[in-house]
Amino acid sequence: MESPERGQLGTSGSASQADEHMIIKDIPKEEKWLPGNAACPGCGLSLGLRLMAKAIEHPVVVMPASCGSVVQGGWPKSSASFPLLNIAMAAAGSAASGVSEALEALGKKGTVVAWAGDGGTADIGLQALSGAAERGENIIFVMYDNEAYMNTGIQRSSSTPHGAWTTTTPEGKREFKKEVAHIMMAHNLEYMATASVAFPTDFIEKLRKAEAHKGTKFIQLFSPCPPGWRIDYSKSIEVGKLAVQAGVWILYEYENGKVSISPISRPYLDAKKRRPLKDYLSLQGRFANVDEREATEIEKSVVEKWRFLSRFM
Amino acid sequence: MADKDESSNYIVPAADSKSKALLLRYPISLPDFGSGGKTNQWRLQMPVIDQDKCIKCIICWADCPEATIHRKSDDSVEINYDYCKGCGICANECPTKAIRMVDE
Ligand SMILES: Cc1ncc(C[n+]2csc(CCOP(=O)(O)OP(=O)(O)O)c2C)c(N)n1
Ligand code: SF4
Ligand code: SF4
Ligand code: SF4
Ligand SMILES: [Mg+2]
Repeated sequence: MESPERGQLGTSGSASQADEHMIIKDIPKEEKWLPGNAACPGCGLSLGLRLMAKAIEHPVVVMPASCGSVVQGGWPKSSASFPLLNIAMAAAGSAASGVSEALEALGKKGTVVAWAGDGGTADIGLQALSGAAERGENIIFVMYDNEAYMNTGIQRSSSTPHGAWTTTTPEGKREFKKEVAHIMMAHNLEYMATASVAFPTDFIEKLRKAEAHKGTKFIQLFSPCPPGWRIDYSKSIEVGKLAVQAGVWILYEYENGKVSISPISRPYLDAKKRRPLKDYLSLQGRFANVDEREATEIEKSVVEKWRFLSRFM
Repeated sequence: MADKDESSNYIVPAADSKSKALLLRYPISLPDFGSGGKTNQWRLQMPVIDQDKCIKCIICWADCPEATIHRKSDDSVEINYDYCKGCGICANECPTKAIRMVDE
């Protein structure tokens, strides 16, 4: 199932818009995220790191405790062919601030990327991130969102969506997903965006845009996780595309107080064009317990999220 | 120097004696292949490309989480079987079904 907007002819529907956007052939060939890493097969986080290292020429990565810390592999080897500092789980924002200041003081080149999970961003780590953003530290903070604490065995985070099974929500999560992007909007960042590993060119474009801005930049990256979402290894891209087509995951940018829906998500402004929510839910074992009533609740939260964003368009 | 494009797109700085010395003194690792071991041993099925069906769209290359699809200068693609984990994303996403997953 190939969605037209992901084809090799650009990310957007109209020819003139397509010209302005990156196409798959423009993705750099160089691989700085090396094979033989320790990620599960089909890991969205692993693809995210690979694409990040293509988008940014000299990334200097700061990574709090997460699956990211593990997938780089064991001493004395690392799959990261770029500098990477492993740091305590709460400290991504503050450690990245320090690295950024140090690079500047030493006159060394490098783009500081804090690469944190949803737990290390939405829960443990929110304070350090908020502090960095308020000070306007020159960093790109990427929250790779696999919607649970995967590294420690799939516990719920505040970014786990409603209805999802985790080992600590055996009957499905009662609460709704915390919208970290909305919290970051309140920090008046120069640049903020959402992205998905299922749309590589869109993610790379956004990273490059972020790199061109000064101050703190934030990108929330949708990163499917086969064991945590109870999907087949081969389905992580498919489920990422479905999330966008169903309108559950909205690709957008926030600059100068304005939201602009990214070309890939633009058709789904019209609720009638969205794929049925059940197509998205039924592909994933983690939503197996979601009944009719709960599906309606989730549907309502999707509508509400679009309505919230439309206030800033 | 060999045509880098044809042989490999991997960027792996050679470890010199200075960086190797650091390795013994500090808790650091150096970039290399197989940091998680020989990951081809994880595979239950392997992707096989039918080059006649391939339209060189490089979607499989863009979507592979492992960087184990080699994109050649003419945009034809080749699997790196040393480390491919057999996730099957490439086969699932290929628009012409040029990739088949076959039992090891
Ligand atoms: C302060 C603190 N609490 C708990 C842990 C244990 N821990 C390590 S990784 C992890 C899960 C991180 O989840 P997330 O940030 O979402 O990344 P993921 O593993 O899902 O990729 C936890 C709880 C820790 N290292 N430090
Ligand atoms: S548990 Fe999920 S996020 Fe962690 S390495 Fe495996 S697939 Fe990736
Ligand atoms: S996705 Fe299929 S058609 Fe496209 S390059 Fe890969 S094998 Fe060829
Ligand atoms: S099976 Fe998975 S790891 Fe192997 S080449 Fe295809 S996408 Fe890459
Ligand atoms: Mg997580």
